[in-house]
Amino acid sequence: MTAYLARRVLQAIAVLVLVTLIIFLLLRLTPAGAQSAALGGGAAHRTFLLAYLSWVGQVLHGNLGFSAARNTSVAALLAASLPRTLALTVTATVVALVVAVPLGLAQAARANAANRASRAADHAASGLTLLFYSMPVFVLGSVLILLFAVRLHVFGPEGPQAPGFWGVISDWRDLTLPVATLSLVTIALFARYVRASALESMAQEYVEAARARGAGEGRVLARHVLRNSLLPVVTMVGLSIPQIVGGAVVVESVFNIQGMGWQIWQAAQSHDFAVTLGFTLVIAAGAVVGSMLADLGYALLDPRIRDAQA
Amino acid sequence: MTAAPRYGADGRQARGRHAGEAAAGPPPGEMLRAAGASWGRGVLALVRGYPLAVSGAALVVAMCAFCFLGPVLYHASVTRVDLGAANLAPRAGHPFGTDADGIDELAELMVGGRISLEVGAAAGLLAALLGSLWGAVAGYFGGATDAVMMRVVDAAIAIPAIVLLLLLDSIYTPSTGLLVIVIAATSWLYTARLVRAEALTLRVREYVQMVRVMGGNGMRAVLRHIVPNAAGTIAVNVTFQIANAVLVLATLSFLGLGVQFPAVDWGDMISAGVQTISSGYWWEIVWPGAAIILVVVAFTMVGDGLRGRTGH
Repeated sequence: MTAYLARRVLQAIAVLVLVTLIIFLLLRLTPAGAQSAALGGGAAHRTFLLAYLSWVGQVLHGNLGFSAARNTSVAALLAASLPRTLALTVTATVVALVVAVPLGLAQAARANAANRASRAADHAASGLTLLFYSMPVFVLGSVLILLFAVRLHVFGPEGPQAPGFWGVISDWRDLTLPVATLSLVTIALFARYVRASALESMAQEYVEAARARGAGEGRVLARHVLRNSLLPVVTMVGLSIPQIVGGAVVVESVFNIQGMGWQIWQAAQSHDFAVTLGFTLVIAAGAVVGSMLADLGYALLDPRIRDAQA
Repeated sequence: MTAAPRYGADGRQARGRHAGEAAAGPPPGEMLRAAGASWGRGVLALVRGYPLAVSGAALVVAMCAFCFLGPVLYHASVTRVDLGAANLAPRAGHPFGTDADGIDELAELMVGGRISLEVGAAAGLLAALLGSLWGAVAGYFGGATDAVMMRVVDAAIAIPAIVLLLLLDSIYTPSTGLLVIVIAATSWLYTARLVRAEALTLRVREYVQMVRVMGGNGMRAVLRHIVPNAAGTIAVNVTFQIANAVLVLATLSFLGLGVQFPAVDWGDMISAGVQTISSGYWWEIVWPGAAIILVVVAFTMVGDGLRGRTGH
């Protein structure tokens, strides 16, 4: 277990170094003026390695650059927008999990059922998840605005404008549509995965053994399939972070929520590279650390890895 | 086989109690050949064996016909601004309504779909090609090469594709060719992971090891043996890549960093429709939205249907 943990942490560090390299390379691709603004004067003329190391040094000291367009430091912009994005993504992920895990399991239980109606229910649910999986986030968001804000006046057409994590969370009237948009797409992603993972564990020998011992269908599902299919869900959430944040970028643009995604979008349109690159770095680092934590959590939960000697 | 093959949205064939019965069927090419001289019977066998994939393919063909042949049958200008006919709801003469410039939505939908389909197909193919080569090389050579190449993939996957796309698009001025390259550059990563896994199992096969024994170089083994033998996995992945590329292009256009004026694609149409969303002009959002969804669902169905059946 210790060896596994050490290997996984080292791997995450290697990936983080590569992420900084990729972002630094992109920074070098930007026009010279923007580059020297982001890297500090004269950086364009230094050798690649020296410039990279000094940039990493700056980043490690919390200096993500200065936005000339907004006349403020990238770190200050980040402090204002990160809580909003966190509120949106965390709420949407929780909602998605609460819906998708039972849905995927229920589907898997019906996928091989003898009774035709049960199989049809699985098919119908699969069709629905395929539909939402294929639906562009901005189409879903626009249609929800059209329906619930413009026609029915139930929810606000814009996301929460209050600052801070709790400011966003407590404005449920404006938060409902953005969260619904992001979680519907995420539910489709998760449910497909949970269904496949449950079907996989239903084909395992221990399930057959449980049936052979005379366990009823309910007990087999609850004791053997459920626990073994919940395990990969931990990894799934960790690996989905880039996709959820990517969805949040679009949701924030559609609903005018001034979170990280909205800032990146605005910065991309005004060629404000210090902001785009600084924010990208933070998101990617979050994704790497998140997927590492998910893997470590998996290792702690799975006795096959937890109790391994190596 | 007692139970009819069942497909799920995840594309894997339902396994479980009937696992033994649900063995993989013959690939589609063989099905056509096995049916002998009769094409009709071959096609019928194909429809029976791959219902999901065939209906997906039919939907793809229908959408292509709509975009490329549609304008031959349905004449309406997509460039002539007519403010007197702006924002008309669907009616005789304008079955899908008109947009804020008075341009017929149906005609615009046909022409706009061309760019979506062309860029989607080109970017999807390019991404699959790039990912296949990267994955095959990493998997075949293994060791340090593999470790470094796959860590690069891990690092690039950690950056949300849309963020990377916005970044690249803001550095360079978007053109159709650049959009293809940029979309491919951010989406080849999943293909690389898939093909690498396949290459890992292929590299230990005798015929691949034979190349090494006979003194053939590594690239020859990769190109002659690994890639062709992973063709099934790659072909299925191409369909998912195209679906993804269509989605990504629409999203970029919606955000104003995709196809540039005067060219218009489905994402642009929705973006324009959102400007007047508070007036409730639903037809300016719903039609292009439905078109995008149909194309993405169609390609995903092809991939799901093929993967479910061949076990890739």
